Amino acid sequence: MTAAANLYPRRRARNVIWTVLAYGATALGLAMLTIILATLLWNGFGGLSLDVFTKNTAPPGVVGGLLNSIVGSIIMTVIGLAIGAPLGILAGTYLAEYGANSRLAVVVRFINDILLSAPSIIVGLFIYQLLVVTVGHFSALAGGVSLAVLGAPIMVRTTEDMLNLVPNSLREAASALGMPRSLVIRNVAYRAVASGIITGILLAIARMTGETAPLIFTALGNSLFTVDPRGPMSALPLIIYEFARSPYAEQQRLAWTGALILTFAVLGLSIMARVLSASIKQK
Amino acid sequence: MTATTLQPASAARSSPMDRARALARLRVSDAGFRLFALGAAVLVLVILLGVVISLFIGALPAFREFGVDFLFSDSWSPPKEKFGAATAIYGTLVTSLIAMLIAVPVGLGIAVFLTELCWLPLRRPIGVAIELLAGIPSIIYGIWGVYYFRPVMQAYIQPFLINTLGNLPIIGHLFAGPPLGYGILTAGLVLALMILPFITAVSRDVFDTVPPVLKEAAYGVGATTFEVVGNIVIPYTRVGVIGGVMLALGRALGETMAVTFVVGNATKIQASILAQGTTISAMIANQFADADPGLFTSSLLALGFILFVITFLVLAAARFMLSRLELKA
Repeated sequence: MTAAANLYPRRRARNVIWTVLAYGATALGLAMLTIILATLLWNGFGGLSLDVFTKNTAPPGVVGGLLNSIVGSIIMTVIGLAIGAPLGILAGTYLAEYGANSRLAVVVRFINDILLSAPSIIVGLFIYQLLVVTVGHFSALAGGVSLAVLGAPIMVRTTEDMLNLVPNSLREAASALGMPRSLVIRNVAYRAVASGIITGILLAIARMTGETAPLIFTALGNSLFTVDPRGPMSALPLIIYEFARSPYAEQQRLAWTGALILTFAVLGLSIMARVLSASIKQK
Repeated sequence: MTATTLQPASAARSSPMDRARALARLRVSDAGFRLFALGAAVLVLVILLGVVISLFIGALPAFREFGVDFLFSDSWSPPKEKFGAATAIYGTLVTSLIAMLIAVPVGLGIAVFLTELCWLPLRRPIGVAIELLAGIPSIIYGIWGVYYFRPVMQAYIQPFLINTLGNLPIIGHLFAGPPLGYGILTAGLVLALMILPFITAVSRDVFDTVPPVLKEAAYGVGATTFEVVGNIVIPYTRVGVIGGVMLALGRALGETMAVTFVVGNATKIQASILAQGTTISAMIANQFADADPGLFTSSLLALGFILFVITFLVLAAARFMLSRLELKA
């Protein structure tokens, strides 16, 4: 009885200390998010002007913008998506609809999970060996392919997860009408979870847009405006990397403005993906 | 009976020949779709194999020239064509260790807050905010780290560490040297910030797998929140939490852009964690453009191969542990 009475204040005190620490950890995490977004707004907002979107990157002393980098980012993301989306969605379909628990599916699932978090710089080196060394020069196409390799695993994962949500009774009903398997998948399963698959695509675009490391070895960067995927091309992350280390104030300011645009594009995409997936869960 | 009544009706719409042709066409497209899906799945394996093979081929000249010494040599001298990976491996491991030491307790603290303490309506928004931290591209952490965090390190944190911990025996060496701002510790702290959301997100999801009955039973016999977390939640989810932590470690080991900005890129091992250093990925990103084809480039590719092997082992272990928890749940 007395032992229990003595124990209670100590247990309570320990509980209070750990609770305060947990609150503190959360406050720290949220504070860092706020600080990063605030510094981005503070430094990037002042540099936002029409020039940023209408002029190309320029040498120091000349008023420049980020047009070629923004266009380059969009082109390479589109290439990455054009290659990565069919690959990712089809592989995810195989895992959910055909492979299930076969040995191949288990191995592919495992390897895909590894690729999902593999260092992006490694993917860059791989594509460098594959498409830059063999061709002999850097190209936006190589950049786009490296982005595809980074984005595809995300789409594999979400497509599989989403298709697993489709109730089997729905597939059975369609099969009972005589529909072959591929039509069941395309006309019933895909349609039931279309917004979920789009969520995966959005998340993949967000990841691809923000990647820098693989582009250093593949797209290289380019100070001129170009839409030719066979040659080197600039991209927003590449120009931030270059200008942030520049000694010239106007280039540093453009780096911050680019960082602001990039962050809000990426965050906007992930928020859109989140809203979409929340609406699926409600269904 | 139904069959006899149905057959004439469908026969009226399409002749048996048409139906056979349609069925044949469907069979082809059905097999085709299946083949495409299978091909895409196999391509995922081919990509990983391609990574291993292409990096290994690129690294071969360096491995042949230096042998096993490449792993243990700390010299990195392009003019003399002497290359070793020790400095970069050391920097990678130490920055990741620092990041884990800070991010694991803080990340778990946030996960506990979100699952046990937080007011319900706030749970989702705060969770989403922390996850958004994970979505910010690493280059942003880099530019923020070099313009904002580095000056703070140089002006306040590093002088403080030098004046307090730097005077202690034994561990004093770790905190010696001039406060430059750039360095291993700065890189480790920025990394901590970057992997924090991963640890939080995975451990929160893992904590959510604990059956409420278990927790309610513990609360019912009078356990405090801390005791429920320490005696019920953590033991139940231990494997999953370790898996999540390893996943974050995999990220920290391979992180490139943020580290390149703040680590200082010095190719020398120094005792002090305040000193400038480098990591495998920072070294590759920083020197690749200037590297001559030949032994220099090959050595950088060899570094990439080593990084791949390390992260592959860590990530494979992480996935293995997380899958064991899934089996249990």
